[in-house]
Amino acid sequence: MARAVTNRQKTINSLAAWAVGLLIFFPILWIFVMSFKAEGDAIKAPLEVLAAPWTLENYGVVQERSDYSRHFVNSVILAFGSTLLGLLVAVPAAWAMAFVPSKRTKDILLWMLSTKMLPAVGVLYPIYLLFIQLGLLDSRAGLVVVLMLINLPIIVWMLYTYFKEIPGEILEAARMDGATLHEEILYVLTPMAIPGMASTVLLNVILAWNEAFWTLNLTAAKAAPLTAFIASYSSPEGLFYAKLSAASTMAIAPILIMGWFSQKQLVRGLTFGAVK
Amino acid sequence: MATQHSRSAARLMMAPAVVLLLGWMLVPLTMTLYFSFKKYLPMRGDSLANGLDWVGFANYTRFLTSSSFWPSVYATLVIVGGVLVITVILGIFLALLLDQPMWGQGIVRILVIAPFFVMPTVSGLVWKNMFMDPVNGFFAHVWRSVGAQPIEWLSQASLPSLILIVSWQWLPFATLILLTAFQSLDQEQLEAAEMDGARWPQRFVFIVLPHLSRAITVVLLIQTIFLLSIFAEIFVTTQGAFGTKTLTYLIFQRVLESQNVGLGSAGGVYAIILANIVAIFLMRIVGKNLDA
Amino acid sequence: MFLKNALRAATALSLIVAGSAYAETITIATVNNGDMIRMQGYTGDFTAKTGHDVEWVTLEENVLRQRVTTDISTKGGQFDIMTIGMYETPIWGGNGWLVPLDDLSAEYDVDDILPAMRGGLSHDGTLYAAPFYGESSMVMYRTDLMEKAGLEMPAAPTWEFIREAAAAMDDPGSDTNGVCLRGKAGWGEGGAFITVTANSFGARWFDENWRAQFDQPEWKDALTFFVNLMNDYGPQGYATNGFNENLSLFQQGKCGMWIDATVAASFVTNPNDSTVADKVGFALAPDNGLGKRSNWLWAWALAIPAGTKKEAAAKQFIEWATSKGYIELVAANEGWANVPPGARTSLYANPEYQAVPFAKMTLDSINAADPNNPTVKPVPYVGIQFVAIPEFAGIATEVSQEFSAVYAGQQTVDEALAKAQALTTDAMEAAGY
Repeated sequence: MARAVTNRQKTINSLAAWAVGLLIFFPILWIFVMSFKAEGDAIKAPLEVLAAPWTLENYGVVQERSDYSRHFVNSVILAFGSTLLGLLVAVPAAWAMAFVPSKRTKDILLWMLSTKMLPAVGVLYPIYLLFIQLGLLDSRAGLVVVLMLINLPIIVWMLYTYFKEIPGEILEAARMDGATLHEEILYVLTPMAIPGMASTVLLNVILAWNEAFWTLNLTAAKAAPLTAFIASYSSPEGLFYAKLSAASTMAIAPILIMGWFSQKQLVRGLTFGAVK
Repeated sequence: MATQHSRSAARLMMAPAVVLLLGWMLVPLTMTLYFSFKKYLPMRGDSLANGLDWVGFANYTRFLTSSSFWPSVYATLVIVGGVLVITVILGIFLALLLDQPMWGQGIVRILVIAPFFVMPTVSGLVWKNMFMDPVNGFFAHVWRSVGAQPIEWLSQASLPSLILIVSWQWLPFATLILLTAFQSLDQEQLEAAEMDGARWPQRFVFIVLPHLSRAITVVLLIQTIFLLSIFAEIFVTTQGAFGTKTLTYLIFQRVLESQNVGLGSAGGVYAIILANIVAIFLMRIVGKNLDA
Repeated sequence: MFLKNALRAATALSLIVAGSAYAETITIATVNNGDMIRMQGYTGDFTAKTGHDVEWVTLEENVLRQRVTTDISTKGGQFDIMTIGMYETPIWGGNGWLVPLDDLSAEYDVDDILPAMRGGLSHDGTLYAAPFYGESSMVMYRTDLMEKAGLEMPAAPTWEFIREAAAAMDDPGSDTNGVCLRGKAGWGEGGAFITVTANSFGARWFDENWRAQFDQPEWKDALTFFVNLMNDYGPQGYATNGFNENLSLFQQGKCGMWIDATVAASFVTNPNDSTVADKVGFALAPDNGLGKRSNWLWAWALAIPAGTKKEAAAKQFIEWATSKGYIELVAANEGWANVPPGARTSLYANPEYQAVPFAKMTLDSINAADPNNPTVKPVPYVGIQFVAIPEFAGIATEVSQEFSAVYAGQQTVDEALAKAQALTTDAMEAAGY
């Protein structure tokens, strides 16, 4: 610290930062509050909502009506499955790009990113027809592959930037000592890359968890994750704010909690490894 | 340093990723191109099995001449542009703020990044119903409590409302990248400038901003990629009404609501062209900055 | 709770009895409306009776449509039963995509289905979907406010009277709007309402040669009347109000009148949710003296996609869910006001159901709707608030978005009608008319 900071300054900073932080977090907090209120109270003015009695009723109704645990398990399998599969494909590619760069490396990297710009709705019919042919509709395996492909460019890119930070001399040294390529990756590179890989996994798990187009359109009952669970609580007849809040809380809480516990990696991951 | 041997090994190692992505791009792309030259109305009994009629460029002209086309390009650019501007500007301020010493920095940081964890569908639904609803929404209650007429967010300020929702989701991302960049800022250089009598605005423009340029580029690149295809937020809020029909949404409407796969596929090809124009444009800027 | 446990016990027992040889698991896609969710709660009864299990895919209406339409038109085979409406049934049935329901058991008594519903869910005289519940639309009004205004609601009001009554009941001071109507974009939301209003003003979607009719004076009259009525006496922000928003407004006592689906009657008269439960009267949807009332006809119905391997089990489910027995099951547990309405003649003949305040008006409204003859001038299509052609959903959604922009004050009636005419003509051309 080059400069001494007075307590006064620190207090002002803290107050401002906390105010802004709470403002940004407020919608999520409000979902949480609403989820513990009766439907009739949830549409009242904010202060009346706060004053209204707390209840667990909404969670009971949601639990009774839909199978949360199955949707949750599907979400976990899809998010982690697709990310790990993606890692398997991406690690070698990123290694090659980072340590044996050629003139075209950057073009390939940018091309990979550009595949993410294709509008998914435009290819719903082709993909749906393909899935019918392959018998993959409403299967976790099919969705794991699709989600992997969607996030693969991001995974490759992130790993590439992390790998590039690793000094090439260390690899040279390992090679001098007679390490094979395989050993080099497994025993030298991987341990050094673990923090970066953890960040990559975290970020892509979140992206896969939140993906709502393919997960909704390619599933029915068996493979449907939490995005489909939410779709049954949006705007039915009658009042629904409280139940929607409860369902939303159940859908985003696991990811929030995961994020809370792995803050450091996540913060690193959220920068997509692009900035040091 | 790279030997011939390691080059071919490298190629081999990149192969699975490249092949998979090539397939993921080419298979749907080929099918989309194929459909775009066909009359394909599934509800009228057209199907691949029965064979589809060739219609030349009819779908392309129809999509382009539809009264919805240019407004949809406009809506797309406004939403993408609006979100980019807001997240970058607010992101810089927020990053500046979070970079200062404070109590409970960790907690504040998690509060700020939390919106990124929320599914787009959930965030659309929650903003639409719990906040922007002109009768029961949070804002309406607040407006009424000070005696003002509640704003009809999603009809009278539809594009700004959508930009607000999407910016809320993406602000954490911009903030964190910029914050990381701030933390690597050379304090000594700043102090030297201060000694030389440079004021804060000058220091910001001549030292801080250039340092941030790479981070800003990354924000622009990644966000554009995700923003060009936003769908869920529009689907659950306005369903494309009140001028919020983006190109992606227009294609959805053609393919699924009108059940005209040929027409929608032609739209898909246009969207790919638009995405590539934006991409080339972006990569020109990014290309320079990414190496730095 | 006791009921659920009892059902579960019964299920377990019957599974032992029925054995696993014929037990199947059927997948049902359905909409997240109250009656469907109630049905899910009774799944145990079905399993107890047949041994078959049910997997529910419950989705919001728009997501459901998108999902089942993609699946049926590509023959994806993801669902054994789909919940569809009166719009989809004749089109899909005509395409041969649905299993005809022409061999239902005698006990099921298919002739008991209300003729209007049966007609709307058939193609060329063959039934393709069984109605779970049916609805028309009608006027729901506040008896206390009408009395205060010194007016009396006729059983069959005109639009002019509705306007008069709205003016008399409108009271911004007490946060009471004269009338609440749908303005939300979407063919099944505001699109449906403006279409039936236009029907009563003598307008039509297409002439006999499938030419779009938005350039005709009847449409202008209807849209102008609606916009003026709502701007003067409607709630603020009605451009985004659909069924749900209006329901909530009416239940909170903020509307003098509400013209909407007959199924809403059970919600607004339910004292648990509604602050005005004991002050609601009902009347037929208004007309304009031209011989057509502005009421629609709709049913949420269960259909079996052709090609499912579980056709027999699916049929058993449909027979169970749309049977007289199911109605009795719900009535026994939750009272007659909560049974799915509008599907069966016998329900309306039941004296216990006749005691429900909105029963008669619901039946009269349904009977007043004629999907084969929906407009004053002749039309080439079937359907009242929709046109039963595949292109309609897409066209009408866009048209209703243009109208909603008028409601929000973003364009004029003339501009909207001109755009509607252009985009409808274009879409019809694309479809090869």
